[in-house]
Amino acid sequence: MSLRDLAYQDAANPWFSWDYIRTNSSTILDALGEHVTLTAEAVAVAMVVAVPLAVVAYWFRPLSGPILALSGVLYTIPSLALLAFIAPAVGPTKSTSVLIGLVLYALLLIVRNTLAGLNQVPSEAKDAATGMGYGRWGRLLRVDLPLALPGILTGLRLATVSTVALVTIGALIGKGGLGNLILGGFQNNFFKAQITTGTILCVLLALLLDLILIGTGRVLTPWTRRAR
Amino acid sequence: MNIVQSAWVYLNDPLNWTNPGGILDRLGEHLTISAAAVAIGCVVALPLGVWLGHSGRGGGLVVLVSDLTLAIPTIALLTILPLTILGFGKPPIIVALAVFALPPLLSNAYTGIRQVDPETRDAAKGMGLSGMQLLRRVELPLAIPYLAAGFRTAAVQVVATTALASYVNGGGLGQIIASGFGLGISAAGGQILAGGVLVAALALAVEGILALVERLITPAPLRPLRRKTDRQTMATGAA
Repeated sequence: MSLRDLAYQDAANPWFSWDYIRTNSSTILDALGEHVTLTAEAVAVAMVVAVPLAVVAYWFRPLSGPILALSGVLYTIPSLALLAFIAPAVGPTKSTSVLIGLVLYALLLIVRNTLAGLNQVPSEAKDAATGMGYGRWGRLLRVDLPLALPGILTGLRLATVSTVALVTIGALIGKGGLGNLILGGFQNNFFKAQITTGTILCVLLALLLDLILIGTGRVLTPWTRRAR
Repeated sequence: MNIVQSAWVYLNDPLNWTNPGGILDRLGEHLTISAAAVAIGCVVALPLGVWLGHSGRGGGLVVLVSDLTLAIPTIALLTILPLTILGFGKPPIIVALAVFALPPLLSNAYTGIRQVDPETRDAAKGMGLSGMQLLRRVELPLAIPYLAAGFRTAAVQVVATTALASYVNGGGLGQIIASGFGLGISAAGGQILAGGVLVAALALAVEGILALVERLITPAPLRPLRRKTDRQTMATGAA
């Protein structure tokens, strides 16, 4: 304990260092790239699965309980346990194992918020659409989904922000994007500058993506602003 | 022997349970760390949330805390805190996990107090109740479903997140999985899977038990509210 402390006190180990960022810029950019790719893939796949699931739950009421319960159970299972289930089956060195886990987590957030958005569609709007001769699909695409956009976007935002944070867990199998920097810094003689750089980039990435989604949402749903 | 079989063998070996650093030791660590983190979270977040809700201020703060903690990776706090004044060992891990218990506790305490019908509040004031009496006799009892839901969400989340303490060698059931990955899938695939089963089972068990407790402590007239709170509270954070 004391010997170790002495050794580390002598070496300079600042919390933040431009020098570290300069000399390791390619490693950092690689990690950031992996992080962004994993996040984008996970959220995209989750959207493709979750929105139809929510529509199914919206159309067939009796199914909405089981669908929400199943995604709730998936959400309760700790991420590390999910990784432990998936990695041996998929292959421990592939980022696919991390990806599957991320998708399963994002599912619940998107399904629940999309369903909430769909349920908020005013029944007058639905009646009007039916009266104008829309069929089930026409009404879904032209009326229900556009009016549910605020809910869908909320789910997308929550899923994106939590996925950015969750990607780091893949560091256990070396596929954690910026998490590799954070965990690597800890394991590599508690290299503070590397840990802080990874963390800051992670939080900034979440913030940036959230802002982009908020902006996109404003452009896509002009009526929510006017209504206020 | 495939991985499922070797996981079964691992779980059926009594020495894996009773050895030092075995499953029972890890379970004990896991529960101790989680309980301490939830306790700290409650001590910090419940009075604050109740007070903010009672005074009707600080809704922005509640949202800010939950947004921020959603964006901070668990691993980051787990690796940063041991390097601060907290030192190595259990304290930094407990503090890190307590931080992630804050948002569900805080937002549920706040919402629980805020959702009390303003007419009820006015009636209580009209009957001459002071601010503290109003809080103790009217607002808190009516907020019980929300407080209980917040506690359950926070506890389940902390139990799930405690598995990640193994990334910084902090103990708990996650350690079984992490050391399995350290040995490699071919050598310890069964151990990894067994660890995953144990961690998942613990989280689901805690969720089930607390859901039952929640139902028991909620006063009968308030029970229909429960479903609504469930849906509102789960949106905070993932482990």
